[in-house]
Amino acid sequence: MGMDINTGALRKNAFRVTKRRGITASRVRIPGGRMDAKLLGEIQKIAELYGDGTVHITSRQGFEILGIPFENIDKVNEALQPLIDELDINQEKRNKGYSAAGTRNITACIGNTVCPYACYNTTEFAKKIEKEIFPHNLHFKVALTGCPNDCAKVRMHDFGIQGMTMPQLDKSRCVSCGACERVCRKRSVKAITMVNNKPEHNLEKCIGCGLCVVNCPMRAWTRSEKKYYKLVIMGRTGKKNPRLGEDFLKWADEENIIKIIKNTYAYVTEYIAKDAPGGKEHIGYIVDRTGMEEFKKWAMKDVHLDSETIEYDSIYWKGPKY
Amino acid sequence: MGYIIENKNLDLLIDKLREDYLVYAPMRYKGQGEFSDTDSIRYGEIKKASDLELEAKSEHTFKEILMPISETLFYYTEDEVKVAEAHNTKEALVFVRSCDLHSLSRLDNIYLNNGFGDFYYKRLRDKLKFVLIGCEKSYDNCFCVDMETNKSDKYAFSIDIRDGKAYFDVQEEALLKYFESVESQKADVSPLYVTENQTRVKLPSPENIDVNFINDHELWREYDKRCIGCGRCNFSCPTCTCYTMQDIFYQDNGKAGERRRVWASCMVDGYTDVAGGGAYRKRNGDRMRFKVLHKVYDYKKRFKDNNMCTGCGRCDDVCPEYISFSNSINKLYDATKGGRDD
Repeated sequence: MGMDINTGALRKNAFRVTKRRGITASRVRIPGGRMDAKLLGEIQKIAELYGDGTVHITSRQGFEILGIPFENIDKVNEALQPLIDELDINQEKRNKGYSAAGTRNITACIGNTVCPYACYNTTEFAKKIEKEIFPHNLHFKVALTGCPNDCAKVRMHDFGIQGMTMPQLDKSRCVSCGACERVCRKRSVKAITMVNNKPEHNLEKCIGCGLCVVNCPMRAWTRSEKKYYKLVIMGRTGKKNPRLGEDFLKWADEENIIKIIKNTYAYVTEYIAKDAPGGKEHIGYIVDRTGMEEFKKWAMKDVHLDSETIEYDSIYWKGPKY
Repeated sequence: MGYIIENKNLDLLIDKLREDYLVYAPMRYKGQGEFSDTDSIRYGEIKKASDLELEAKSEHTFKEILMPISETLFYYTEDEVKVAEAHNTKEALVFVRSCDLHSLSRLDNIYLNNGFGDFYYKRLRDKLKFVLIGCEKSYDNCFCVDMETNKSDKYAFSIDIRDGKAYFDVQEEALLKYFESVESQKADVSPLYVTENQTRVKLPSPENIDVNFINDHELWREYDKRCIGCGRCNFSCPTCTCYTMQDIFYQDNGKAGERRRVWASCMVDGYTDVAGGGAYRKRNGDRMRFKVLHKVYDYKKRFKDNNMCTGCGRCDDVCPEYISFSNSINKLYDATKGGRDD
């Protein structure tokens, strides 16, 4: 009997149409890239019972369970339920697997629960965004990284979030050791100069990496109470014009970033190319077409930026154009 | 005289004390640790009982109160000089653990009993009374028992908090009235102290140390690379006393300025710089040697009674490169024993 499979529905359900006829693969999303190790057992079970016993660690911090015959799809969806429950993934119908695949898994670097440089809990923020935007069929890529090192390569995403801290200086605790000036000059952006043997901080230059704080032996430099983020937008990989995301907001806050990402769904729904292959178009191409001002009109709806947030007005993206 | 006060009445005691004293103690500074979402435990002026951080070990010490990190000594303009006022003129109570109370005697020796007394140190020192925080348990890296600093007998009063109550042994008679003025229960109280640490050190006896032999010993060479010369060990040490002088000319008016002294570290670049661009200890291993010998040899040679190091172990707590000072003492012990036997 010939197989009659709706590939569109299959893909929406986070399964893949592979090279081999009748064989699919299931993508498990892990927002923020961190999970309880016991869930590995669930993945193993699915791979061994319904697939070919192998998994691929995806480039978006998920697992792809390989070699699944189409007839096992329903069983795989049922077996995915503990993973979906445990990772608290929004779902339309229980035991039916993932409700969409367009909005990709939200990736994150290891974050501040482990890394000395990270400025916030990346997984927690990733999960918060996931709850707000998934499931959705639109092709959105969001990534979070703890600091401007950008280990998570967030500049290659539609929305990239980098952690920042606004360094606070108590000069009475400074011993003129020069560690902050040296590390900022050698590893960051030269935002510190020594004046009368004590550091002077250039907030305009500062990228909020927090190296001055990490390297201060005296707690003369400390982190701001508030957590800040840089939002970089419209980066992408791909064929026509791959490019790095550019700075849109500096010293931004969590709530407004979530709002901006959510607002962009309406903008894309309105302006996505009606003939976009597979209903999929990187948001940056849409912004190229409508202009930044139109994008902002939609994205900034109900967004009230904090007074310290800097918004960049004119953004020019680069990257090779083929 | 001993007193037991319920924790809920502690605020009242602190209020009473604050009428006449500034009260300095270890405090938890939320979110001010070097890493994101970590706290910093250091000294500050407490306003209420809940400001007291008596659970965690402080990363910095009480010495900041006695020898300010950055202290203006005098102001100058043209041909006039004015001595700077002390940062506080009120009497103060300082909460310290036993090791730190012993450290105080090291600071006193360096600043007061080492030739002429230091004017700036003395004027702050004269205002301070010390409160002993009892130690129920030894913390990571503590080696007070081997340094013989685990017990203290003299203090204004002692404090131990356990099971919802605070236990005080008040030695200073002038302070009795504060304890009488709040709801308290008289009892026999003696401060807790530890009798063993996990970290042990073997101290080389001074007569075993041949400076010429130990100066060139290969044991220091591993620190050339391991140590990054950040100075955290010195800045967190309750007995390090070095400072450097800075003459500052104000930016708006170059005719006026101030002289200040600022903590210095024998591990940080610049400490041994001399005119002409020379530096005596360029290698970090040599700086380590200087520090270790100062803490467990030179000081004792000069002041006889004790080693400078009091075994608080903060240097080990804060070293980002996981260099253990206590272990370097043991290495020195092994090396000097070897040296003698050879």
